[in-house]
Amino acid sequence: MKARVHVMLKNGVLDPQGEAVRHALGALGFDKVEGVRQGKVIDLDLAEGATEADVTAMCEKLLANTVIESYSIEMA
Amino acid sequence: MKAAVVVFPGSNCDRDLAVAFEQAGFDVSMVWHKDSALPEGIDIVGVPGGFSYGDYLRCGAIAAQSPICKAVIEHADRGGYAIGVCNGFQILTETGVLPGALLRNAGLKYICRTVDLKVATSDSVFTQGYGAGDVIGVPIAHHDGNYFADADTVKALQDQDRVAFTYEENPNGSVADIAGILSENRRVLGMMPHPERAADQGHGGTDGAAVFRALAGMVTAA
Repeated sequence: MKARVHVMLKNGVLDPQGEAVRHALGALGFDKVEGVRQGKVIDLDLAEGATEADVTAMCEKLLANTVIESYSIEMA
Repeated sequence: MKAAVVVFPGSNCDRDLAVAFEQAGFDVSMVWHKDSALPEGIDIVGVPGGFSYGDYLRCGAIAAQSPICKAVIEHADRGGYAIGVCNGFQILTETGVLPGALLRNAGLKYICRTVDLKVATSDSVFTQGYGAGDVIGVPIAHHDGNYFADADTVKALQDQDRVAFTYEENPNGSVADIAGILSENRRVLGMMPHPERAADQGHGGTDGAAVFRALAGMVTAA
């Protein structure tokens, strides 16, 4: 089984990379972009029996720094 | 007086930190990241700068889970003294020993130059060699030195006089110009600038040496 974890900077935490991408898009003429937030996608290959609770624990302990980041989990 | 300096794969300021401790009169042991205990009778632990584990995932995130970091956390929890510089600061925030986190520099660029730091408090073993308000020149060398903490945490740091150093001209977007902070018991210092790189005449400046001189004789094993 697989899990996909999305890690994003929390709202209110400055994302300078996202801002740089927004500026670059503007420079290319994409003038309808009002904001860009850049995050991470982490794909996990899991053994049978692994649960979403296991992945949550992984996020809390390592995959996300919850001081600055939020995460979401898709189990597949 | 005994100091331990932790060495991770990718540390690159470990020897500089060891030399700074030695020049202040400490016997220094280098401790490998896979070790699960600090040497007996250590008075202070140094967590050095560098790029531990290639900065994978987040700066300091993997190092924070290493066996030696568990020992460093226990040492700090017992009331032991520790200093984390640059990547060492990032690691100490990732372990939760110090609050907040270090984000990518607001200008997105890696910055390597000497900056003016204001000593925000002289009320700690690390900063007692300075007067509050002194301005010192210390190098920074980081890509992710943008200190962030929520408003309540920043207020607590300020109210409890736990901001150790601030930037005179903020180079990286750090909240409240914060360059270094103290733990609640004031025995752990984390800072992005490198005092160990301003501790010898050969460095072109010795403004950082007072951090290590002040520690001599003041720290005791916990």
